[in-house]
Amino acid sequence: MSDKVINILFCGTGGQGILTAAEIVSLAAVYDGYHTKKSEVHGMAQRGGSVESHVRYGKIVYSPLIEEGGADFLVSFHKGEHDRMKYYLSKDGVDLFADFEDAEKKVQNKKFINTYMLGALSKYLDINRESWLKALEAGFKGKFVEENRKVFLEAAAKG
Amino acid sequence: MKKIELLSGDEALARGAYEAGLKFAASYPGTPATEILEYLAKFDEIDAQWSVNEKVAYEVALGASIAGVRSIYSSKHVGINVAGDPLMTSAYTGVGGGFVAVTADDPQLQSSQNEQDNRLIAKFSKLPMLEPSSPAEAYKMAKEAFDLSEKFDTPVIIRLTTRVAHTKENVETGDRTEIENKPFTPNAQKYVMVPGHAYKKHIALEAKLAELQKSAQQSELNTMQINDKSLGIIADGAAYLYAKEVFPDASFLKLGFVYPFPDETIKKFAKEVKELYVIEEQEPFIEEHVRQLGIDVKAKDISYRIGELSPALVKEIVEGKIKTEKPSTARKPVLCPGCSHRSVFYALKKLKAVVAGDIGCYTLGALKPLEALHTTVCMGASVTIMESLSKNLGHDKVVGVIGDSTFVHSGITGLVNAAYNQAKGLLIILDNSNTAMTGSQPNPATGVNAKGKPTKKLILKEICKAAGADIVETMDAFDKNLQNKIKELMSKDALCVLIARFPCRMIDRSRQSPPVFNKDKCIVCGACLQVDCPAIYKNADGKITLDAFLCVGCNVCVSACKVDALHRAQ
Ligand SMILES: Cc1ncc(C[n+]2csc(CCOP(=O)(O)OP(=O)(O)O)c2C)c(N)n1
Repeated sequence: MSDKVINILFCGTGGQGILTAAEIVSLAAVYDGYHTKKSEVHGMAQRGGSVESHVRYGKIVYSPLIEEGGADFLVSFHKGEHDRMKYYLSKDGVDLFADFEDAEKKVQNKKFINTYMLGALSKYLDINRESWLKALEAGFKGKFVEENRKVFLEAAAKG
Repeated sequence: MKKIELLSGDEALARGAYEAGLKFAASYPGTPATEILEYLAKFDEIDAQWSVNEKVAYEVALGASIAGVRSIYSSKHVGINVAGDPLMTSAYTGVGGGFVAVTADDPQLQSSQNEQDNRLIAKFSKLPMLEPSSPAEAYKMAKEAFDLSEKFDTPVIIRLTTRVAHTKENVETGDRTEIENKPFTPNAQKYVMVPGHAYKKHIALEAKLAELQKSAQQSELNTMQINDKSLGIIADGAAYLYAKEVFPDASFLKLGFVYPFPDETIKKFAKEVKELYVIEEQEPFIEEHVRQLGIDVKAKDISYRIGELSPALVKEIVEGKIKTEKPSTARKPVLCPGCSHRSVFYALKKLKAVVAGDIGCYTLGALKPLEALHTTVCMGASVTIMESLSKNLGHDKVVGVIGDSTFVHSGITGLVNAAYNQAKGLLIILDNSNTAMTGSQPNPATGVNAKGKPTKKLILKEICKAAGADIVETMDAFDKNLQNKIKELMSKDALCVLIARFPCRMIDRSRQSPPVFNKDKCIVCGACLQVDCPAIYKNADGKITLDAFLCVGCNVCVSACKVDALHRAQ
């Protein structure tokens, strides 16, 4: 395991399943044996306000917060929030907004957009497939297991 | 059995307490502490309750400790103010079974009315305080806190901040250990705090603090890491993690047992390093004490006392900078589509009422464009401020607005006071049968307890009458006559209560058809936008859009439309 800490920033607005998505990546990283920290703000987020969640994993993680310009991945679910948070992305960080636009077109049931985004993200991360699938099931509390798995694998397979 | 779990600071603390043989837990909801009780309520071995407010929660939990069982109290920082009376004197009585009080502070006010730093409560109350910087530490410290509490016969405070309470981390959990109850024997010198007894208890308390300080000096919760000696940092809580992130090679004194201060450890560390910094969020709690010890130390500018820290801000502090405030660009929160609070505020706005508000989802009624709530100080302060505004501005102009949970928390006493002191005016109870703001907890008016079981239900109407209100009426919050009813009650020469009732949309997900929107009739006057609903907005093309996916069919926008472009669906 390298010493590098991976920083993933999720953003969007309340009710988009962002917190669940962040939870699932974190679980997958934990299952893979990484030290993981996930930080977010609850409270007003439920009322349609901005939602952001910071996920960091690696050998040892200190700060629960990603620094500005320090995100390796920006996973956004909302154009306005994407533009607002873009300055968090590091110089050679990966912006997954195109995948979100894809998801909006391809995923029929809006409920599964977050799963699609996880599939897209998984291509870049050094986390085992089994850990991902286990985390998906745990994160969605055993609901829509087959559907989630299907959407995830489809996004993960896309070239 | 050992197991690795991804737990938040709240959950990890609760898990540690559970494993330490906890049998009783009391709390009142409040961000970021709510999840502690929610986690504990799941266990059959624990009698867990949502109390009506924090004073009650603290007393019930202390009572359980006196009865001999391990007990916990938890609340957000401002809850400690409400519980302040029993808390202060519990330092004198000490405990029976181990007793831990958790305060979850909210620097940066993610969801609070102030930014008070409750580390100062430890000093003020003379209670020991532990402060984890991560969930894994919270788990460990919860166990340690119960042992300390029983060893030193004192409540122990654990202080979290939002970044610790709501961060999740890998935590290695284990099994529960059952602890035998402590016997209860009447002991007036210990539990009856009359002046003579309390004076002696104060003498004993000072001696106890000296012993606790020795314990802090030997505690493994205060760790010294000697690395590069040119920079030494004393830090606690989340600030420690930020400092460690920015200066991984520096020497550290990490404080976990923060009060009483481990003076000898601090002095020793100061001697080891060349340049010494204190990195802490909020008040200069550690900084001032280190200075008092006669140690030369560098610390943050006053500007960094406001808000939370981050790795970048820690860097700035060490560079000797002054904080520059950046305006927030975050989206403003709004009431949910179909929220019953909206119809009430829309009516109040049209009536141009002066509104004494309270704390809950409905505080959002203060924001643009509704702007129909004019004061918010603390929970319960709607009724009381309404009493004084009514007397001074005229009771036909003033309305008090309070949620059901908040009314039970501390509104009832205010209503009794208003009646007793012959106040007139109208109080509206927004009864959504839910404590919505903090994530849908039940309360006495819901008739369900913390374990999700049915229980005695508080009848709001009866208690308002008993408190002395002259007129008490109940109405559906979406009733077409709501505005007229409010107007009528405002004009009465009496103390009135209107219970505006409708179930919270977080609980009752049923929906009606959205209104019919006739685009051709719409003149884009913006009247419907004044109700501030996420389901109706102006599109990029300048036209009004009704979002059928978000709309639940409450029809408040229909009543706002002046040109008949919106109709109720048949
Ligand atoms: C002393 C204190 N305790 C707890 C809180 C957290 N808190 C804010 S609003 C609220 C209750 C909201 O419930 P209710 O009054 O029923 O209104 P709703 O949100 O359901 O509209 C709570 C518990 C607080 N701000 N202050």
